[in-house]
Amino acid sequence: MLLEVRDITKGYDSGGEHVQVFAGVSLSVNAGEAVALTGESGSGKSTLLHLCAGLERPDAGQVALDGQTLGDMGDGARARLRRARIGLVFQQFNLIPSLPVAANLRFQAQLAGRENVTWTDTLAARLGLVPLLGRYPEQLSGGQQQRVAIGRALAGRPGLILADEPTGNLDEATGDAVMDLLLGLVGETGAGLLMVTHSARLAARLDRRLHLSGGGLC
Amino acid sequence: MVRATLAALMAHWWRHPLQLVSLAVGLALATALWSGVQAINGQARDSYDRAAQLLGQNRFARIEAADGQRFGQARYIALRRAGWQVSPVLEGTWRDGDRRLRILGVDPVTAPPGAVPQTVTGGAGLRPFITPPGLAFAAPETAAALEPATGLPELRATAGLLPGVLVMDIGIAQNLLSAPGAVSRLIVAPEQPMGRPPLAEIAPDLVQRAPQARADISRLTDSFHLNLTAFGLLSFAVGLFIVHSAVGLAFEQRRTMFRTLRAIGVPLAVLTALLAVEMLMLALFAGLAGVALGYGIAAALLPDVAATLRGLYGAAVPGTLNLSPGWWLGGLAVALVGATAASAQSLWRVWRMPLLAPAQPRAWARASARSMVAQTGIAAGLALAAVALAMWGQSLVAGFALLGAMLLAAALALPGVLSALLGMAERAARGPLALWFWADTRQQLPGLSLALMALLLALAANVGVGTMVASFRLTFTGWLDQRLASELYVTAENEAQAARLREWLAPRSNAVLPIWSIEGSLAGAPGAVFGVADHATYRDNWPMLRMQPGGWDRVARGEAALINEQLMRQAGLVPGDMLRLPGGHTLPVAGVYSDYGNPRGEAMIGVDLLTTLYPQVPRLRHAIRADPAQAVALARSLVEEFGLPPDNVTDQARIKALSLGIFEQTFTVTAALNVLTMGVAGFAMLMSLLTLSTMRLPQLAPVWALGLTRARLARLELVRAVMLAALTMLLALPVGLLLAWALLAVVNVAAFGWRLPMHLFPADWARLTALALLAGGTAAAWPAWRLARTAPADLLKVFAHER
Repeated sequence: MLLEVRDITKGYDSGGEHVQVFAGVSLSVNAGEAVALTGESGSGKSTLLHLCAGLERPDAGQVALDGQTLGDMGDGARARLRRARIGLVFQQFNLIPSLPVAANLRFQAQLAGRENVTWTDTLAARLGLVPLLGRYPEQLSGGQQQRVAIGRALAGRPGLILADEPTGNLDEATGDAVMDLLLGLVGETGAGLLMVTHSARLAARLDRRLHLSGGGLC
Repeated sequence: MVRATLAALMAHWWRHPLQLVSLAVGLALATALWSGVQAINGQARDSYDRAAQLLGQNRFARIEAADGQRFGQARYIALRRAGWQVSPVLEGTWRDGDRRLRILGVDPVTAPPGAVPQTVTGGAGLRPFITPPGLAFAAPETAAALEPATGLPELRATAGLLPGVLVMDIGIAQNLLSAPGAVSRLIVAPEQPMGRPPLAEIAPDLVQRAPQARADISRLTDSFHLNLTAFGLLSFAVGLFIVHSAVGLAFEQRRTMFRTLRAIGVPLAVLTALLAVEMLMLALFAGLAGVALGYGIAAALLPDVAATLRGLYGAAVPGTLNLSPGWWLGGLAVALVGATAASAQSLWRVWRMPLLAPAQPRAWARASARSMVAQTGIAAGLALAAVALAMWGQSLVAGFALLGAMLLAAALALPGVLSALLGMAERAARGPLALWFWADTRQQLPGLSLALMALLLALAANVGVGTMVASFRLTFTGWLDQRLASELYVTAENEAQAARLREWLAPRSNAVLPIWSIEGSLAGAPGAVFGVADHATYRDNWPMLRMQPGGWDRVARGEAALINEQLMRQAGLVPGDMLRLPGGHTLPVAGVYSDYGNPRGEAMIGVDLLTTLYPQVPRLRHAIRADPAQAVALARSLVEEFGLPPDNVTDQARIKALSLGIFEQTFTVTAALNVLTMGVAGFAMLMSLLTLSTMRLPQLAPVWALGLTRARLARLELVRAVMLAALTMLLALPVGLLLAWALLAVVNVAAFGWRLPMHLFPADWARLTALALLAGGTAAAWPAWRLARTAPADLLKVFAHER
């Protein structure tokens, strides 16, 4: 099993009050499997995704990637795991504004020491980024930026892709095109995908759908 | 609408208190340093005016000897008999150990109203004033310090008099100064009877001089005050950098708010006006704090300034502040002008912002990046102007214009140069992290450039002024060794004692060399003429810059004069030119000697010629050549034999220590202002980094998410600040050296009349580099620590678009 989440609980303090986001949530994602995570706004979808990425720690429960429990790891080890094994795609693209597209594309793969120039070139070609390689993020449209973000996430051939509403900021046609590319490339690399989405239509295109509601999965 | 809009605008500051502090402190510091310097200058100028008024220099015409020396009071009596309404004044110096007092003898009966302080002519009554032993009026601090002194009339403390000055009846003064029947000048009453005979008929050797618009001392000290003003201006500019930076960021962060306010119906004019009002309110509060702080700075520095002015120029300035309401209002006005200047660009951008302009978070940075090209162009223009000024500028104003153009050019060029350097590093980078580091640093430049410019100015000023002072110290110490070759220096209490001293010393020493001088006008400015004995001491040791062959022989024969460098530059004299001495005698110039630390022009002639031309020259001071091993014993014998006060006999080492003490004090204020400017620059950097750190999360969060720890990111932030400080120091060094060159070769020459050789002090640069790195590291430490401690939840908000 690629990703295994066991009985995790997460809450936060707000205005002196403890708000429970979810409790006792468990899920798993296998290699090559694409799983949609849906739910109402505020249900904790993004938080769950962040816990899976090791960006946050659960209050209780375990998250394991490739059999390694994230909770047992320090900041440094989790950072290493993240750059080597996980590809992240955010709704806000979150490219590095100071680097041109080409550098953004290979950034994480280089960080992890896993850059494969042929594969990066292939990605750039498949994502239609070749003419944009010298540009900076601020010079790109939303769809173009998200394609760069997908390319960046895949360049290191990670085992797990975590995507947080990757098409949430895009119009339907652009969003569909981006999804086609994401699903196609994830399928080719054999990575697992956990994608947060509001769209039932997009969720239906994935292998499995999990719905987060009332503090638990259903 | 106005109140609601203003409340909305001001709410920003409650949410960003650090920015408010940055802006207020920046403005307060800028105002404080500027108004502090102005307070010092104002106080000193006020003292000069009081001195001039006290001595009757600026309001009344005066009659004096053509050579500027004292003359017999028979001339005065002859003029009075001929109908001239004149009043005699005798001025001289009376020594009380190390302390020199200026004695002012006046005649209260004939003095025109206003020529003599009111306290002297009224109050105590004339009889005790004019009847021996007489009364002497002095400033309270002078009276208190002199209480136990003997040989003086009864002292009476009077507010309003200058420190170090004693006013007494002219008859009493003549006795005290051992100048019976002597008069320094006559004050001419404004109303004179018609038909009186012309001056030339009664006293052909006297001349009438018009009232002086400015006191002599004010002319001498102008350059000192100009130096202070320049430093005040530099500090003000550095402070304004902080304000500009804080205002720019505050406006940038509120772009979304501006757009929303305009979208819901606030007219652009109202919005802009309210922003201006907001700035003015902040400027008013910060300005008040700044003026109060400036008072504190001035009060702290004034005693040193007063000591410097006394030591270097003999100018009396009280060590306490007395400021007018005009100064307070002026300080506030400076704060308002500064705030307006610093916020003008931001206000203009708001004015020009289209209603539907996207509130891009990087718009400000991008606009700044665009202006970098224009800025570099202006820097190039200023650099060219600086080169032109260096080649052709001669005056003090040109010197300061050169400094200004050079510093401004360097500051404006800094972002462009740094950007180019960082771009080169980026291209050479291997590895994604290095690439990101350099690229991200380059992107941060617009936000940091103002703080870095302030740091550059402070560092360059530090290198420049440090090099100048250290060069001065090195040269001055060597020069003192040459100049103070004699083993002992002795001052007699009166002429009779001096004659006995010379007789007594003749068989007991190798040589007794007179140090006799008269004061008078040289090349139209206050100066002095010294008599020099024909002795190897001078021939072997005197620090000559230029000398004609046989120069010393011609001086000894009374056929030529030597002049100091100041007089050479003031009068444009070179060896071979004719020098006009006070009284009209002319001599060819045979050589030029260096005379560091002396603001006046001086000439040296043979001592025999001096006594011939000026028979009334005081002959009290002497240098004694003796066996160095016997010098201390000889000094003791002199004190015992003649009952001289111990302070009247000083050895070489003590005079050197005194001279170096005066020298060190001269630069105490400069050093203090230097440190303050560095402090302001360090503060600017801290504030910029702190403010930027809150805007940096969107750039740092993705890198963190992609696999870098917060601690590592924090370390990189620290390294970035230290590296930028190091690069800035690297660029500040040549600028500082150019500054030192301009100070030594242009400003000093124009201001003081002498030029110093420039020495380099790499150890000082290393110390300053360490200080710059420390400043950068310290300024970045807190923001970096905050980043390392930033909760992941805050970083994640970047991705959730909740910021």
